[in-house]
Amino acid sequence: MTDADVPAQTRTTCFELKGGMLTLTLLELHYFDLDAFETTLREKIRQAPGFFRDLPLVISLDKYQRPAAELDFFQMIGCCRRHSIQVAAVRGGDEDVKRLARNASLAWLPSHAAKNASAEAVPPAAQDHDQAPAAVAVELPQTQVPEAPASTSGSATAARVITQPVRSGQQIYAPEGDLIIMAPVGAGAEVLAAGHVHVYGPLRGRALAGVHGDVNARIFCQSLEAELVSVAGHYKISEDLQGSCWKRPTEVGFRNNELSVRPLD
Amino acid sequence: MAKIIVVTSGKGGVGKTTTSASISTGLAKRGLRTVVIDFDVGLRNLDLIMNCERRVVYDFVNVIQGEATLNQALIRDKRVENLYILPASQTRDKEALTKEGVEKVLNQLAEQFDYIICDSPAGIEHGALMALYFADEAVVVTNPEVSSVRDSDRILGILQSKSRRSELGLDPVKEHLLLTRYNPERVERGEMLSIEDVNDILSIPLLGCIPESMAVLNASNSGVPVILDEESTAGQAYDDAVARLLGEERELRFLDLQKKGIFKRMFGG
Repeated sequence: MTDADVPAQTRTTCFELKGGMLTLTLLELHYFDLDAFETTLREKIRQAPGFFRDLPLVISLDKYQRPAAELDFFQMIGCCRRHSIQVAAVRGGDEDVKRLARNASLAWLPSHAAKNASAEAVPPAAQDHDQAPAAVAVELPQTQVPEAPASTSGSATAARVITQPVRSGQQIYAPEGDLIIMAPVGAGAEVLAAGHVHVYGPLRGRALAGVHGDVNARIFCQSLEAELVSVAGHYKISEDLQGSCWKRPTEVGFRNNELSVRPLD
Repeated sequence: MAKIIVVTSGKGGVGKTTTSASISTGLAKRGLRTVVIDFDVGLRNLDLIMNCERRVVYDFVNVIQGEATLNQALIRDKRVENLYILPASQTRDKEALTKEGVEKVLNQLAEQFDYIICDSPAGIEHGALMALYFADEAVVVTNPEVSSVRDSDRILGILQSKSRRSELGLDPVKEHLLLTRYNPERVERGEMLSIEDVNDILSIPLLGCIPESMAVLNASNSGVPVILDEESTAGQAYDDAVARLLGEERELRFLDLQKKGIFKRMFGG
């Protein structure tokens, strides 16, 4: 086949199969009880209503310790549907779980532990917030900071806008989209986002972009004085950053399989 | 409506108690009914600086626990009218300060006073949290050095997230920066952060800048709030700070390097 033939051929085929890296929300199941499941889900939705509409969800069994017989995927699907959430797949578990998933027309994915361990290290801070008693824990850490007046917009990929300085010891998290901070981020503070992190001021604390594993996420700041910058778990600490970009407007992204720090001007 | 002002810093030894004593004295001197409360239960110092340690009978914790009435515990200052001190207990621990108890005492004080100054203990533990929880305004005392500035940044974050005003979604606590132990000579030599450096990191309005001065130590040792030493630069700088706290505009003083005589310059003195 010559190169010239390829476009003609793609035009005639009905579809192509491609690989894609997608960010999905995991529902980390601890145990299953329909009432507890629905109550917890309703509570999560109340915290961020826009986030959950038509959300594809993967049920992860990494933390599930109970017998497979107690898993009722039909009830879970039904409950999620009632809240307009679409269960797409099940991750982890043994052959029994696989069969149950197949019966419920759900895709099955191998467990987290079996996959690359590097993703485990992605949101170090987010893990601190895992609240054990809940029946399900969708990772939605609470920050300590009161929301700035101009905070979330109603759109689906809600960015978080913070207008006050982020102080030492504070943590700001944008679980769905970008995080935009229009003030300094102090040393000892931490800002995290599923998407990009923008800091219109000096970045002196830690900034983590793409905490769910999005390697296309970037960090932008007006003056790079950070303790740590991380994109999708790949990080550099202050010592590694002392080069040409220090105290200058900077962009941090993941390119050619490594974290690259580039001046903006 | 009484105004509750917390004097806090995170770090210890930066001058919170000195500042509480001087600010409360300064307010009272202007005729405002003022009470200053020592929240440092177990390590009480305010009574020493205010020179009333020999008159302490009942304390803050006694009042909270109903063992004494507020008026029994309040100590009237002998030098300045309208100034009262509510001392801390030296024998209890900080857990004795309950949120309900502190609120009850503050509400009672609010009926009698215009200003309630809360002298916070160091740290970010229970005692410090109780001192700042009910505050309307905060004076953050900072020395011009990195660890103090870092701790002030931390306490500012706590003021924004853990105070009553933030929990109820009211207007945020009004923040003031008070730089203490400022030494222009050492700033010049690069041994100390400058006002600009500190402001760059904390970015809150500057209430005042107190120059490093022997008068502060002397005043503490003799139990006189330094603001009463009107000859000293520190005393005058505190007076400026009190004026600014009340909304007056005053220029910053004592920031410039002392002009050295020609001989000193020649011989590098």
